[in-house]
Amino acid sequence: MSISTSRSDQSYVLCALDRKLILATQGGLPLATDPWGALGEQLGLPADEVLARFQRMQNAGVIRRVAAVPDHYRLGYRFNGMTVWDVRDDAITDMGLQVGELPFVSHCYRRPRHLPNWTYNLFAMVHGISREEVEDKASQIHDLLGDTCEGHTILYSSAILKKTGLRLRKS
Amino acid sequence: MMRLDSTDRHLINLFQRDLPVCERPYQAMSRQLGIAEEDVIERLHSLQASQVLSRVGPVFEHSRAGASLLAAVAAPEEQLDLVAARVNRAPGVNHNYAREHTYNLWFVMTAPDEETLEERLDELEHQLRLPMLRLPMVEAYHIDLGFPIDWEALP
Repeated sequence: MSISTSRSDQSYVLCALDRKLILATQGGLPLATDPWGALGEQLGLPADEVLARFQRMQNAGVIRRVAAVPDHYRLGYRFNGMTVWDVRDDAITDMGLQVGELPFVSHCYRRPRHLPNWTYNLFAMVHGISREEVEDKASQIHDLLGDTCEGHTILYSSAILKKTGLRLRKS
Repeated sequence: MMRLDSTDRHLINLFQRDLPVCERPYQAMSRQLGIAEEDVIERLHSLQASQVLSRVGPVFEHSRAGASLLAAVAAPEEQLDLVAARVNRAPGVNHNYAREHTYNLWFVMTAPDEETLEERLDELEHQLRLPMLRLPMVEAYHIDLGFPIDWEALP
């Protein structure tokens, strides 16, 4: 288990070629037997240098992961519940780690409260085929939090109005 | 909805978190799946075309390549479409969800650095004339890595 915080000491400075490579891959890798060669042709670089640069950004954490990322909504997970919890400050790190370990939680973050309008400091994203499924998963989180939790709610998404990954713009 | 066969499902199970970053990634995947490299490429093509996969490629870490922040506003119901359109048009917004709550619009603002992020949020808040809930990440306990898909339960 590990916690990462929003600020990183070793922030990686992207050079012009890194930015070009991000621009060329942010929509996806070329689906060809030699994807690095295909990218190299676009960027005017040898394939092995493209791969090495890509791996360097991966090691530096600029690329979090490389994956075949499913669209859960398209797969049939029509209910996306952002469950939010008011957890005692002295328990939050421990509880956040435990909630983050639940297999069905896709994201789990601590965020600040904004009193009096917003009392919740723990966010855990849950997906379900039905509302009941999301509620069942939320009640498992509730059980885990026990009396460290003083309130919670579930914010269901009613429409996805925009969804894109990180986008660098050509500038 | 596109029907996925057992190989498609297996492919998603194996590679939704990580796929091999090596000289011939699709060949490496094909060995694990026990199918031909060409078949892997074809399947990825068609899964992407049908939007079952939103992408085959890198997921970038905003905090390492810039700054980002989750924000929300409580838009009056009759203005929701208008406010949502304004949010979508604002530079740097890359996610925007309507949610069932008083705070009914939730979006992620991004920028190349913290200073620009603040400027963009201030500008948007001013434009919308709605108080904005700003919820920076304080600690991450689990970052989006997907979750095991329950294929049998899916419609």
